[in-house]
Amino acid sequence: MSRSARVALKSVVWTACLLPLLMLLLKFWADDLGANPISYATNVLGDTTLRILLASLTLTPLRLLFGISWQMSLRRLLGLFAFSYAVLHFTVWVVVDQFFNWPGMLADIRKRPYITVGMLALTLLVPLAATSTTRMVKRLGGLNWRRLHRLVYVAGVAAILHFSWLAKKGRNDPYLYATILAALLGVRGWHRVARALGKRRVVALGAPSTPKRVAGAP
Amino acid sequence: MLIKRRPDIASSEITARGLYLSRRAFIAGGAALTLGPSRATAAAETPPAEPLAAKPSPTFRVDDPPTKFESATTYNNFYEFGVDKADPSIYGARLRPRPWTVRVEGLCARPKTYDLDELLRLVPLEERVYRLRCVEGWSMVIPWIGFPLASLIKRVEPTGKARFVEFTTLYDPAQFPGQKKNLISFSSLEWPYAEGLRLDEALHPLTLLTFGMYGHVLPHQNGAPVRVVVPWKYGFKSAKSIVRIRFVTERPRTTWEKAAPNEYGFYSNVNPTVDHPRWSQATERRIGDFRRRPTLMFNGYADQVASLYAGMDLRKDF
Ligand code: HEM
Repeated sequence: MSRSARVALKSVVWTACLLPLLMLLLKFWADDLGANPISYATNVLGDTTLRILLASLTLTPLRLLFGISWQMSLRRLLGLFAFSYAVLHFTVWVVVDQFFNWPGMLADIRKRPYITVGMLALTLLVPLAATSTTRMVKRLGGLNWRRLHRLVYVAGVAAILHFSWLAKKGRNDPYLYATILAALLGVRGWHRVARALGKRRVVALGAPSTPKRVAGAP
Repeated sequence: MLIKRRPDIASSEITARGLYLSRRAFIAGGAALTLGPSRATAAAETPPAEPLAAKPSPTFRVDDPPTKFESATTYNNFYEFGVDKADPSIYGARLRPRPWTVRVEGLCARPKTYDLDELLRLVPLEERVYRLRCVEGWSMVIPWIGFPLASLIKRVEPTGKARFVEFTTLYDPAQFPGQKKNLISFSSLEWPYAEGLRLDEALHPLTLLTFGMYGHVLPHQNGAPVRVVVPWKYGFKSAKSIVRIRFVTERPRTTWEKAAPNEYGFYSNVNPTVDHPRWSQATERRIGDFRRRPTLMFNGYADQVASLYAGMDLRKDF
């Protein structure tokens, strides 16, 4: 991809990711957050976290399905935006909703499954954000880094559980997001299986898996 | 059509509505500049409500200041219009609250179909200021207009076999878009909405058959044209847009009980010591407040209603 195309792509993603926050701030400023501003802000930030998290999870499946790779350069950006929104979402809960009621929050984390898995999702994102720099990728080595960053799928599942457990009956959006996540995981799973089968087939066909010594060679 | 008497509205309500109007104009202006259509402008599409005269009740009023009219009319759970809190104010205009009849039937000596206007003239209307606690952990204070449901019940003379009262909300997907079934709304409640009370609960003086709020007829999003208000129970127990009231022997199965029996009990009395399985009920956020406040037993009406449940295990009969 050309440099200008890359700049354009990143600008679009930056704008798209900042827009929900900007809207929230504008509405706050216009006193238009509705009757329950705290709940509204919590929900907007939660929704945005989930959307960006899922967006970050589409990049690899897109490569696997269509063999395109220009989108892979967005991994870090989307991942860090998802993490930032999750932190904002959590901060609103701690500061504005619960107002530093630590015993109450600890009890919620222990007793309310939707809070427990939300906390799990956020916690899982911390090491991923911390190891998102190029230096950390180098330090960990590509393989370890990739293994560590598979945790993002666990975080995705935890986030979906968080949403479906807090949503009241009658809402359809948790199912929608769950379907998307299942599809994304499905693509990866299918690809793994296909690759494993592919390898075995190659072996079965007698293709040389290790170089054979040719008789008479030195 | 309405009672021809000079509106006798408590001054606090006039202020609340006045404040609401000016604030809304301000927001609508600001929002138009920055954000295009907002929840505030959407709410403005609902036709303005007609005044409804009522005598303020000296006894049935809490001292807490009433919730802003704008909040009470834009932040609603009324799934018939949609699951989002803004949906009822956005789609409310589709409801046609007139002509309207309420069928009162079942185990009673004088079943009857009441026209709304007849109901409105049955007993003098009074204004009562009640707390409203939603099962989701927020609360409001609303000046309602109506009369005790008991006045209607006594007129139709329930028989000795009547032990429960079942309320049914209008079913009409043309007026209630939330009742439409389609591909994206597969997870839905069972319609029509059904609620119920024990007969003694329904006869309790606090239980109000309600036609208005804030000095006006009920806005569509608040359950027009007639609903019940049962202030010591979570909000969903107070059925809206009622078309049928029926006396039965067996405990009716309510819509929310059918949807999630372990979460929404038949009684659903406000109770800070019995948590909803998914969230705590110990505290609530009064709409307009910043900090949460402790939730009161029976929503603060324990003096008046606790005796109804003497000897019952409220953890089991939640
Ligand atoms: C990656 C992490 C997380 C994601 C993706 C996420 C996502 C969401 C979503 C989608 C919603 C629902 C928004 C709606 O109703 O439209 C939500 C609500 C909420 N989340 Fe999270 N969340 C995360 C972490 C957390 C954490 C760590 C906490 C607190 C410990 C938390 C507390 C809440 C609360 C209190 C609500 C509102 C529940 C209600 O309205 O009753 N979330 N979140």
